[in-house]
Amino acid sequence: MTNSATQSAINTQVEGWNRPREIEPDGDNELLEVAMGPHHPSTHGVFRMDVALDGERIIRLKPVFGYLHRNHEKLGEGQTYLASIPYTDRLDYICSLTNNWAYALAVEKLGGIEVPERAEYLRVIVGELTRVQNHALSVGFLIQDMGASGTPLMYAFREREKILDLFEQLTGSRMMCNYMRFGGCRVDASAEWLDGVRKVVAGLPAFADEYEALLCTNEILMARTQGVGILPPELAVNAGATGPLLRASGVNYDLRKVDHYSIYDRFDFKVPLGDHGDVYDRFMIRLLELRQSIWILEQALKDIPGGPIMDPKAKIRGFRPKPGEAYGRIEAPKGELGFYLISDGGPNPYRYRVRPPSLINLTVLEDMCLGQNVADVVLILGSVDIVLGEVDR
Amino acid sequence: MLGEGILKGLAETAKNFAGSYVSKERLTTVQYPEERIPTSESARVFPFLVYDGPDWEAGLRCVACQICEKECPPKCIYIEKSKDKKPDYVGKLQIYPARFDIDVSVCMSCQICVEVCPFEAIKMDVEFELSTDDRFGGLLRNRQHLAKSNEYYHQIHPTEASEVDARLGEEKAKLEAKAKAAAAAAAAKAAAPAAPAAKPAESTPKPAEGTDKQ
Ligand code: SF4
Ligand code: SF4
Repeated sequence: MTNSATQSAINTQVEGWNRPREIEPDGDNELLEVAMGPHHPSTHGVFRMDVALDGERIIRLKPVFGYLHRNHEKLGEGQTYLASIPYTDRLDYICSLTNNWAYALAVEKLGGIEVPERAEYLRVIVGELTRVQNHALSVGFLIQDMGASGTPLMYAFREREKILDLFEQLTGSRMMCNYMRFGGCRVDASAEWLDGVRKVVAGLPAFADEYEALLCTNEILMARTQGVGILPPELAVNAGATGPLLRASGVNYDLRKVDHYSIYDRFDFKVPLGDHGDVYDRFMIRLLELRQSIWILEQALKDIPGGPIMDPKAKIRGFRPKPGEAYGRIEAPKGELGFYLISDGGPNPYRYRVRPPSLINLTVLEDMCLGQNVADVVLILGSVDIVLGEVDR
Repeated sequence: MLGEGILKGLAETAKNFAGSYVSKERLTTVQYPEERIPTSESARVFPFLVYDGPDWEAGLRCVACQICEKECPPKCIYIEKSKDKKPDYVGKLQIYPARFDIDVSVCMSCQICVEVCPFEAIKMDVEFELSTDDRFGGLLRNRQHLAKSNEYYHQIHPTEASEVDARLGEEKAKLEAKAKAAAAAAAAKAAAPAAPAAKPAESTPKPAEGTDKQ
């Protein structure tokens, strides 16, 4: 990745691919190479950054991952379609429900399965709850990385706990939900559960207010994050970055609006955009998206219809789709999460591929970090919001 | 003014700190081993085998059909079929698992075995303190460890268990009615010489493929 020969090759071949300037070390050319990670409290898991430092400045940065590789894709090819669902929970373990959703969507496309209305609403509800808790958590961790140990993160955890309790009541598990099936959802939500969601959602705006009052105008936070780790929109687009990272750079691209999957067309919501592309913007985008999610949740909870939650034609055991291929993608909290499946008519997928947002978003890490201080690298990595379960698969 | 934002943030934390003395809702943690939050009804941790009646071995609902063994994603169930047969809950002779082991250290609590079992024989427990100091034997649960009574099932998942009981009762009633009809038909035929022996409860409850057990 840092090989300059490959870099210049890329530069000449792909037009518009503007890597940022090479950072020249000043002074006596004494570079210090440091391996940050794999066991570093700031790396959100087992992830290593090999950095070359000139004093405090980053001259080179090489992300090294794969420590958590567990052969997810190959495992998926050796299993039935049903058996892969619990494994998708473990990709991005913060947001298991959106992972289920993306996978279910891909299989539904492959098998031509319809999803009943009520199941779509349930999916939106759990999906947006997932987004709320993911954003609360990622902001909390970002602030934690900045050195504000404890308070903001614990406030986020407090809120997340309420949402996880809801997940447990519905699906049986707090994090490894294993909830969606191709053709709908596994269990129906009771009226009490929906009331519980209404109660939690009613409390969320207060949390967002509190969080904003706590952090948004904090001078230390602004000094540390504004103008740090700038990601230019062209580079973000060229690198395939998605999610809050891309939108913080001002690119209006949200799959919920662009891809029209599920029933998102029915809801009225805005896509917040940043205009500097720095860490502060990414932080703010998440808080704003959190508010939009609350708004979607309110709408969905208002008009959720009754009815079945599974397509009666859907077959869970012994599901054998016709030969073909399908790509199902959704706007997961971290970006575009896609599953690509090829079927040869057998009970297992012939090819099973995951397009994880965290991995693709990491590709611009070096570009954001060059020329910054070591302490900022931690922040920039935190603002990308990665989960290593998904990066390494 | 510089520092205004910080002060605003500090006011927020002060509110929370002071609030924790007056409002119980702001105290979000419990002192775990002494205090416990009750587990939710739908919680799932580790599978167990349901048995009816007083004797766990005789009452096991499992008929060793091995569907769960095949569908379990990490393949942590190990079943050996019995050579002989024993009567199941409707009185029909069925094979039973001579061996039924689940490896705690491999199971990922996904509940797929519960979903696919057509005989309502395997359910999820809510017991979560499964740690043991015996790395191998202690983590491999055999069928005796796994067997839990239907009453226990009612205790941990009341709604679900009642539904299951209703469904099984219905099936049993249907089968009994069928057996009675068959017996009546046989009695009628018995007038004729060499009538075929009545076969009670001929059809097994069909594996309800693809239906959801929840
Ligand atoms: S819960 Fe899942 S992993 Fe555990 S035994 Fe059942 S199917 Fe296997
Ligand atoms: S699927 Fe049910 S009946 Fe069949 S072996 Fe498993 S637990 Fe026993």
